[in-house]
Amino acid sequence: MINSFYEGVIVTCCVNIIAVLGMSVLTGFTRLFSFGNAGFMAIGAYTAAICSVQFHLPFALSIICGAVAAGIVAYLLGSLTIRLRGDYFLISCLGFGECVRVLFLYLRDITGGATGYTGIPFRTTWVVALVCAIAAFIIAWNLIHSRYGQAFSAIRENEVAAAANGIDVVKYKKMSFVFSAIFAGWAGGLYAHYLRHITPVLFNLPKSCELVITTVLGGLGSLTGSVLATLVVQLLPEFFRKFSEYRMLAYGIAVVLVILLRPAGLMGYKEFPDLFKKSGKKKSTGGA
Amino acid sequence: MKILIQQMITGISIGSVYALIASGYALVYSLLDFSNWAHGEVCMLGAYCCFMATMIPKMPFAVSCVLGIAGAALISLFNEKIAYRRIRNNGSPNMFLMIAAMGLSTTYQNLANVIWGSKFKQLPRFFKTSTLNINGIFVGTTDLLCIVISLIVLVLLLLIINRTRFGLHVRAVACAGSTARIMGIRIDQVIALVFVMAGALAGLAGITYGMKYNVYPTMGNVGLKAFIASVIGGLGSVPGAIVGAVLLGLIETVVSGYISSGLRDLISFSLLILILLIRPAGLFGVDVQEKA
Repeated sequence: MINSFYEGVIVTCCVNIIAVLGMSVLTGFTRLFSFGNAGFMAIGAYTAAICSVQFHLPFALSIICGAVAAGIVAYLLGSLTIRLRGDYFLISCLGFGECVRVLFLYLRDITGGATGYTGIPFRTTWVVALVCAIAAFIIAWNLIHSRYGQAFSAIRENEVAAAANGIDVVKYKKMSFVFSAIFAGWAGGLYAHYLRHITPVLFNLPKSCELVITTVLGGLGSLTGSVLATLVVQLLPEFFRKFSEYRMLAYGIAVVLVILLRPAGLMGYKEFPDLFKKSGKKKSTGGA
Repeated sequence: MKILIQQMITGISIGSVYALIASGYALVYSLLDFSNWAHGEVCMLGAYCCFMATMIPKMPFAVSCVLGIAGAALISLFNEKIAYRRIRNNGSPNMFLMIAAMGLSTTYQNLANVIWGSKFKQLPRFFKTSTLNINGIFVGTTDLLCIVISLIVLVLLLLIINRTRFGLHVRAVACAGSTARIMGIRIDQVIALVFVMAGALAGLAGITYGMKYNVYPTMGNVGLKAFIASVIGGLGSVPGAIVGAVLLGLIETVVSGYISSGLRDLISFSLLILILLIRPAGLFGVDVQEKA
């Protein structure tokens, strides 16, 4: 029905969309930067893989286990580090991500070390991935438009003012962090069941950077922007194979340009449907 | 015992390379209050500039080192002029500086990969003999060279910051940027010069690191270690960064010598998180309230 190349493209896109949606909630809406989300992906991937290989759990349950494990670790880490100021928090996340990778390399008996963890059953077909990505989008969309999402945005705009209005800043920041970790774990679990062989290198610092870059490109504060940016970032190199060497180079330059010229990113605070609304409005009110 | 002393010397030597990078980090942090992620890549590009210069026939190695340092200083200045200054001036949140730095870091790393390939490049060494035997303790000459050069340069740096008029300006801008401007200090000029200094230090670090090991596109990751070092010492404090760097170098070599080299990075990153939790201001950090 669909050949393996397109299946690979779709699965990779969907997995990354889930991870980036998590980042988007954390970075775009709560304005917390994390360079450790690849670490959460790794935790999700390995937990899910071990659950289905060692304990023969059904696929869905393994994925849930992976996501929950990432969430629990994020909760514990967040309890320690969420009070740190922006860049300190970012650095502690970065350190955490590297720790996870090194630990998985070191614990050869459990994770297979550098050679990786093999024998994971193939379960993530393109249909599963697509359904998961859509579900993830709906969950994130509902979260952002709920009271919690409003609290996240309030923290993003002005932390002190948010706190003065009775928003428990630490609690909501932690909630956002755990949410992004759960999404990363979910993505990791799906990815493991697609690749069937995972190594710690898959979840290194450049992967975390890629997630942040995608989020920034999409717009800090737009879920549809994040999805769009993920599609661009993932699809371009697939269809321009010659340029795959220049892929990360191009994204690095793109991030610098976006920050310099259009700090709000591809979509800014707007969601995709807003684009049409806005243009209609402009005509009627004369751009007021 | 002899092995321990040998390990210590190796540790201090790698620590001194970290110190060169970390002091640049600390300088920039003290002025602009952001972590310059691209600093490690400046160090890497400095090493590559030096490597390119050694390719020119009949070029003395000392001259290529100077060229490498100059190259790194220029790249650092370029970053400031092209990116950081604009972001500062258009009133974006401080966080954007860091994202831009991350973008630059990704760009440079992949640029180096595209230009020079991922193969390791070897820099020539200053001395013919690679190790000295002092009472049965084997000491690498490159290690000694690293320690001596770093010591001289760092003492000079501290003198510049603490004794000269320019240093006074730097400290004034670090203390209160807008007040310094009112007092007639051209802060953009001071910041640009600090970036040049930090870049030169990073370039020197890149060259010494390249002599000790090799030159390769991802060697900028040593910037992360320098970053940990400056967190240990207290972000924004140059003496703190130096002490932190030597401490980190010692811890790393002792861990990889006596426990496991695989766990080395785990220990340094755990140390980072631990320091952030227990004493976010670091050993020498000044204002805890602002930073934590």
